[in-house]
Amino acid sequence: MIKFCGRLVASVLTICVLMAFAPPFAISQTLDDALTWFSADSFGQTEEGINAVAATGSPRATAIIEALQAGQLFFDPASKRIFIRQGSAFSDAATGAAATVAAGDLKPVRLNNRLRRAVEAALGTLTLMSPDLRQRLAAAQAVFKSRDAAALPALDAAIAKEVDTRVKRALSEARAAVILYKADASEAEKIDAVGVIRSRGDQEAVALLSNLPESTPASVQKLAKDAVASIQTRLAFWEVLQNAWYGLSLGSVLLLAAIGLAITFGVMGVINMAHGEMVMLGAYVTFAVQEVIRIYNPALFDYSLAIAIPLAFFLTGLIGILIERTVIQWLYGRALETLLATWGISLILQQAIRTAFGPTNREVGNPSWMSGAFELGQITITYNRLWIIVFTLAVFFGLLGILRFTRIGLEMRAVTQNRRMAASMGIKTANVDMLTFGLGSGIAGLAGVALSQIDNVSPNLGQSYIIDSFMVVVFGGVGNLWGTLVGAFTLGIANKFLEPYAGAVVAKIAILVLIILFIQKRPRGLFALKGRALEA
Amino acid sequence: MGGPIIRTLDRSSIVFLTILAVIGILIPLSNLLLPPSSPLHVPTYAVALFGKYICYALLALSIDLIWGYCGILSLGHGAFFALGGYAMGMYLMRQIGTRGVYANPILPDFMVFLNWKELPFFWYGFQSFPYAMLMVLLAPGVLAFVFGWFAFRSRVTGVYLSIITQAMTFALMLAFFRNDFGFGGNNGLTDFKDILGFNVQAQTTRAALFAISCLALGICFIICRKLVTSKFGKVLVAIRDAESRTRFLGYRVESYKLFVWTLSACMAGVAGALYVPQVGIINPGEFAPANSIEAVIWVAVGGRGTLTGAVLGAILVNYAKTTFTTGFLAPYWLFLLGGLFVGVTLFLPRGIVGTISHWWSERQARRAAARGSEPVADAVVKPAE
Repeated sequence: MIKFCGRLVASVLTICVLMAFAPPFAISQTLDDALTWFSADSFGQTEEGINAVAATGSPRATAIIEALQAGQLFFDPASKRIFIRQGSAFSDAATGAAATVAAGDLKPVRLNNRLRRAVEAALGTLTLMSPDLRQRLAAAQAVFKSRDAAALPALDAAIAKEVDTRVKRALSEARAAVILYKADASEAEKIDAVGVIRSRGDQEAVALLSNLPESTPASVQKLAKDAVASIQTRLAFWEVLQNAWYGLSLGSVLLLAAIGLAITFGVMGVINMAHGEMVMLGAYVTFAVQEVIRIYNPALFDYSLAIAIPLAFFLTGLIGILIERTVIQWLYGRALETLLATWGISLILQQAIRTAFGPTNREVGNPSWMSGAFELGQITITYNRLWIIVFTLAVFFGLLGILRFTRIGLEMRAVTQNRRMAASMGIKTANVDMLTFGLGSGIAGLAGVALSQIDNVSPNLGQSYIIDSFMVVVFGGVGNLWGTLVGAFTLGIANKFLEPYAGAVVAKIAILVLIILFIQKRPRGLFALKGRALEA
Repeated sequence: MGGPIIRTLDRSSIVFLTILAVIGILIPLSNLLLPPSSPLHVPTYAVALFGKYICYALLALSIDLIWGYCGILSLGHGAFFALGGYAMGMYLMRQIGTRGVYANPILPDFMVFLNWKELPFFWYGFQSFPYAMLMVLLAPGVLAFVFGWFAFRSRVTGVYLSIITQAMTFALMLAFFRNDFGFGGNNGLTDFKDILGFNVQAQTTRAALFAISCLALGICFIICRKLVTSKFGKVLVAIRDAESRTRFLGYRVESYKLFVWTLSACMAGVAGALYVPQVGIINPGEFAPANSIEAVIWVAVGGRGTLTGAVLGAILVNYAKTTFTTGFLAPYWLFLLGGLFVGVTLFLPRGIVGTISHWWSERQARRAAARGSEPVADAVVKPAE
């Protein structure tokens, strides 16, 4: 009891002292007065200004602090007025009215790292009550990070008013974080706070709980330690899921790039070294489509991929057929020389694109339905990756359908199994070859459309995927698309699971070595075509 | 060279070796003895450039030995070349001693820079020239032996093997790019000072290196020539043309392949070791798969399965590359190189030397026919696949 009284006295005293030293803005103050702090051009005064502006509760406050954050807040040393710059125009900070001032007379209000944190904290408090749900959520998260005790009253008010459960949870987490770092909060409050943070259960919660201030009571420290252990177990589980997701994503990209290679290799026994360049061409088709849309009809931007997909397929398919007719058909039975000739073609295509579009990366945008992300438990899933997986599976099953149910598919399977027998049965193998090569190249073009959404579009795009695609084909075996599917996802997932332990480069090397060893055991890949054929 | 060796060489080989000997002697002499004003004087930069071509020619020769005579298309021979180069580079790094930027007597500059305290074990011994030379042969040789032992034993052939060799050089490139791998990372090894006590930059050293490169090329050429004209070489050609049939005849195909593959890798290593002091740098870029494929096209241009063709092709293509990439034509070099890949495989499958010798033997056959002995068609030698 005595202890409690002592504590009470101490906190009352603290509050009194705080109030005695409190700057004048704590009492009601106009926005104009608050703004004058900014004209002093000193970091200390600017911090006062930030707090003062936030404390006015003026509807202009958010705009002013945001301008400060963006480096768009200026002051006139002569008149001590503050202005916000928008583009090249200036407006009066206090009123928001357009102002005519010469840019040369103004100086920017400068920030340092300490002030940036103050700005974030101030914005956090300001936007806790914002009508926009996303802003409220962001504000709660900002307070969670800043742990600014000054935000506590605002937080309490916001929690009482909040109706959205997600925001409410974020707000209580922010409040808990503040409490845990507040020296004068009671032990019971802190214990509750640990519980709230524990249920948040992410990396930030661990960071928060494992760096509690020295003054924290031992019971709270112990609880926090338990909470950290439990969170970390759970995080490890989510990390496995996250890695599996990244692996699936990488696997789908590999599958998309390798699947065309696999069918041409399966049917024709030809390794197309220019396959990567077909992927690259597909990406550039997407770029070109988006450019045309930007110039003529920006409203169509969301449909750019829908336009690019058939265009890329037919364009790269046609180029593939052209290559087959002009070069590859003369080299049948000479697989190694085909490899060299197609490498030459890949050099020519790369250089042609470099000449036409320049050697640098080109910007390809995500349509609105492909940008952004959502959270599933503790893992973040971006829409573009998700759509690419969906697209890959669609292409895969589409191709499987073609092979299974169409005439050309039947002929392709026949030629894969036994070329001479198929020819004897009246199948025009030359036509099958041409169409297979066209189809393989067309699928590479589709892969390019997909890759343009997640990778840099440059003339070297294809090069970075080609060796991995070869590995998928070698690993999965030819003549069976399921082998390619399993190969691609195995390699993708194995890569992503090795990465956290070994780093990206070592993981890649390890995968390559493993494949080299694997092929000793099964020289024809995972799903080798069974048959009695003996290669010469 | 003794009489027995010369007797086993055919006329074109003797012509080739004579030309090589003349070049190997005359170019250094003209560089060292003639005044720069003389029209016959070969400037020092040109000696280094030709020296580089000769090293490339040796690499091409090693590729021709396995591709032209055994049907193994390696898309990773640049890796063996680079490993030999790194072995030489490590020797040269250790020779810098206290003359480096950080003046550390033991550690090369990049290790000091990375805060390494002691020399990694795989750098031990490289201060000794004989040990480094042994490593020039062993590093690529052992890698090739292990790789080949796995690959040939499980009968990985054709394009599969090509792709796997490409993956091998790609993996090595990634590894050597890493700083913590201990080979200088991105920057590789450079800033060499001297080799066996001679300044690497000096005119006389460059001339000597050039002559040694020619000598090495000549020796390797004779080894290859002896090999392919022996019974062993006939088996190699049999493996190239019908691997299964050769196996059924009772030959241990994988042993033949493994031997010639390892030998070829060692030759590539020697080429790399001679290349490094003349160029002055070795970095992980040498492992790039594109380099290895480019080396294959030198052989294709010259004519595979001819040995002399590989040398000629390497020199011609690299001369063209130097001419193209230094002038206003630079943006078109890749078009030309790509065109070369397509054109040679389509229109000149035998390469330059192969086409000429084919034309020559056809002419001989026609002459024989004209003298009224046998029908023409049978005498025409079918080109090997």
